[in-house]
Amino acid sequence: MIEAVNIEKSFDGKEVLKGISATFEKGKTNLIIGSSGTGKSVLLKNIVGLVHPDEGYVLYDGRDFTNGDKQLQTQIRREIGMLFQGSALFDSKNVEENVMFPMDVLTDTPFEEKLERVNFCLERVGLENVNSKMPSEISGGMKKRVGIARAIVNNPNYLFCDEPNSGLDPQTSITIDELIAEITHEYNITTVVVTHDMNSVIEIGQKVIFLYQGNKLWEGSNENITQSEVKELNDFVFANRMMKLIK
Amino acid sequence: MQKLGKFILFMGTLFTRRENFGTYVKLTIDECIKVGYNSLFIVTIVSVFMGAVVTVQTAYNLVSPFIPDYVISLVVRDMTVLELSPTIIAIVYAGKVGSNIAGELGTMRITEQIDALEVMGINASSYLVLPKIIASMIMYPMLVVLSAFLCMYGGYLTSLATGIISGYDYIYGIRYEFIEFNVSFALIKAFVFSFLVASISAYKGFFTSGGALEVGQASTAAVTNSCIAILLADYLLAQLLLA
Repeated sequence: MIEAVNIEKSFDGKEVLKGISATFEKGKTNLIIGSSGTGKSVLLKNIVGLVHPDEGYVLYDGRDFTNGDKQLQTQIRREIGMLFQGSALFDSKNVEENVMFPMDVLTDTPFEEKLERVNFCLERVGLENVNSKMPSEISGGMKKRVGIARAIVNNPNYLFCDEPNSGLDPQTSITIDELIAEITHEYNITTVVVTHDMNSVIEIGQKVIFLYQGNKLWEGSNENITQSEVKELNDFVFANRMMKLIK
Repeated sequence: MQKLGKFILFMGTLFTRRENFGTYVKLTIDECIKVGYNSLFIVTIVSVFMGAVVTVQTAYNLVSPFIPDYVISLVVRDMTVLELSPTIIAIVYAGKVGSNIAGELGTMRITEQIDALEVMGINASSYLVLPKIIASMIMYPMLVVLSAFLCMYGGYLTSLATGIISGYDYIYGIRYEFIEFNVSFALIKAFVFSFLVASISAYKGFFTSGGALEVGQASTAAVTNSCIAILLADYLLAQLLLA
């Protein structure tokens, strides 16, 4: 379980996060949603330690990640897997080397075992026979899958996904969502997904946190999100015609 | 001053939370190939032509019958060892390797590859930058030695081809009253310049933010700042070690 407690963050005097507290539960896909510029990605960066909060702290299973010493932070980081918005695959490495990278640097595992694990992870995300391809030679959806394979290769306890569906067609988006949900349940990990895609919310939003202008306005799940009486959330949820029709 | 402080802090981060030794050995070898082996062509071309031009221009200026011919190659030798090979090649090196380092790290920054390393618990500055600086400090002095040889050889070929001075006089001048310290001085300069180019370029690239435009600006700034730092260091070292 991850707990973000009273997170505040400002950039050049502009308050981006205004005291956000949230709990992300183990074995569930926890979604942070909201319009562009509401602070979703900044909150995620505060949680994973890429940005240090001005106020507040983050607990990973009770361990204070924000105020902990470097050793503890490194230890927690090595339990984290993360899928970035642009996949963030290393351009100079092929698919196999990208997925193997965390094991190469962080473990002393023999090559044969690493290769076996890499092939298992690639197979798990539905990719086969792409080991030698470079990131520039594969599609956006495949890059996301490779990113997920790299994120799970070291058996993480926490999985973070920043806009996993950005730039993908609706069908591939659903496949990626399903994959994230399956992996979360299969390995019983804490997954946090930042998205503004309502399809993802409906598909995998077991726990949903809605941000609006740096504040947490609503918390619930995909089962009750359409019954909310928060105006800003309703404006967000029913923004497109299909959702209006469903309503 | 703020930027200088940030640069010094950045250098400090290279030595904290390091990965295992074997990782750095492999990365450093890869970087040696990129910064050293891949610079051989440009260094060779520049050095040979620099030697040829310096020989012709020195001969053009030394027209007095009271000055023996071998003085031409003596001047070429001292100019090459003291200034041309360490400094001019450093400017070329900043243009090729410095812009490459800044561009590579800048692109990694804007495509979140550096963030990916940090999230994995890897010290990105140490992992990415330290091997580049070590490789630069290993390979650049070798390039300088090679450049000095090629520069003098270029002058020799020119003297043979044009008949400005005889081959015998050229070799005599190259050997005449040779001061060993000049080579040490050139190597000291090479170590300092290689550190400056790699570290300044890495700093510029590592802290890039924005998009493709900013990566281009970071590359340009890396070359410009490296060149200024080289010239400043050149003067300081000359004042400290030769004056």
